[in-house]
Amino acid sequence: MKWDWGAVADFMPKFWDGLLVTLQILALGSLISFALGLAWALLMRTPTRFVRWPVGVVTEFIRNTPLLVQLFFFFYVLPEWGVTFSALTTGICAIGLHYSTYTMQVYRAGIEAVPAGQWEAATALNLPVRHTWTAVVLPQAIRRVVPALGNYVIAMLKDTPILMTITVMDMLGQARLFSQEHFQFTEPLTVIGVAFIFIAYPASLLVRALERRLVR
Amino acid sequence: MSADTPLMKEPDASANPPVDGSELIRFDHVTKRFGSNTVLDRLDFSVSSGKHVTLIGPSGSGKTTILRLLMTLTKPEEGTITVDGEQLFPAPEKQIREVRKKIGMVFQQFNLFPNMSVLRNITEAPVTVLGLSKDEAEERARGLLDLVGLADKAGARPTQLSGGQQQRVAIARALAMRPQVLLLDEVTSALDPELVAGVLDVLRDIARTTDITMLCVTHEMNFARDISDQVLMFDSGRVIEAGPPEKIFSDPEKDRTREFLSAVL
Repeated sequence: MKWDWGAVADFMPKFWDGLLVTLQILALGSLISFALGLAWALLMRTPTRFVRWPVGVVTEFIRNTPLLVQLFFFFYVLPEWGVTFSALTTGICAIGLHYSTYTMQVYRAGIEAVPAGQWEAATALNLPVRHTWTAVVLPQAIRRVVPALGNYVIAMLKDTPILMTITVMDMLGQARLFSQEHFQFTEPLTVIGVAFIFIAYPASLLVRALERRLVR
Repeated sequence: MSADTPLMKEPDASANPPVDGSELIRFDHVTKRFGSNTVLDRLDFSVSSGKHVTLIGPSGSGKTTILRLLMTLTKPEEGTITVDGEQLFPAPEKQIREVRKKIGMVFQQFNLFPNMSVLRNITEAPVTVLGLSKDEAEERARGLLDLVGLADKAGARPTQLSGGQQQRVAIARALAMRPQVLLLDEVTSALDPELVAGVLDVLRDIARTTDITMLCVTHEMNFARDISDQVLMFDSGRVIEAGPPEKIFSDPEKDRTREFLSAVL
């Protein structure tokens, strides 16, 4: 086996297309998981168990079933019920939903880490409950959990190639297509492997820096 | 017992004797339990408007629980609590919020909001709860910071301040709501010894220059002697002795009080 720089050059235009899709999945998937995870975490704090119970069951179910199965379910089963989205949209929603069940646990820990004295001070000042959440508790909780959320973004990055299985042309999708067309596997797969490292490693350094700064 | 001092009754006394005009806080038969532990046992007591009342007694005797009940941080199992003629327990949430406006509290651990500047800590509630404009609230806050000797710390973060400074900000924050009652829960217990005096001086100042009613749990007996109109000695969820500080500190009637004071003085 020999390394063919020509194949690398041929692959690069496709690679950039794939990188763009991967980053799009990552950015939108992260946003969905951040927002939805926070919503789950807050719903789990409501006083009525008629809210907590269904949210608990649904999120436990999603967290404990494989992302790949959920992906296939959304891509192949939902259209049978008349719900059709593009492969990319379906993939982003599925991965965002899946990771929201992890981020909710991160938020939960962050919220629980806010000392009881903060709630008591807010009560003593007669602050409305909603205001206590938005001005006192969540700013402190979220500050603490930013590094942990960052770790899930990195984990999600490494899960993005799963979307290839529902025809999304991310980096791996492009590499596989190129390989099948040119019978050259080494070069495209190496290129995307290096690309993953170039994104994930600086991101992990950033997370560590944030940890030092934000988590006291 | 004169009408303008907190009056003590035996637990079996009538639950609703006539209410005195100057009475601000009233506990009737209040029982508080934590599990099988009865912290307050059918407690009756009242505080007149403008008085400074200090609660003393051994740890676990229910002093802090009284403050927490008044601040609605916890609920009694039995009995009623009335503040300024309005019932606090039992009461609907809306009424509790109204009554709570009359009460401010300073905590042992300060409990400042670390995500806000000192100034914002003080203006947050006046703006959101009382509806003051930002300018009005800031003017009030700066006045209070001046009062507690921290006029130059408005822009600082709480974590940049010493414990004593943080506690003085917490006092300013409570006063910014213009409460009728100020609850002080062991406000110097978490401080380094050399920082205690600064906080107590501020409180002495407030006690002397305002007509705010103070309910104070403290182990600083000299401070209690200085500011109190009335001292209540607690033991096992009951008030076992009450009287003016001169009497309680120099000539207590109960052996238990004498025993406690000789241990802490």
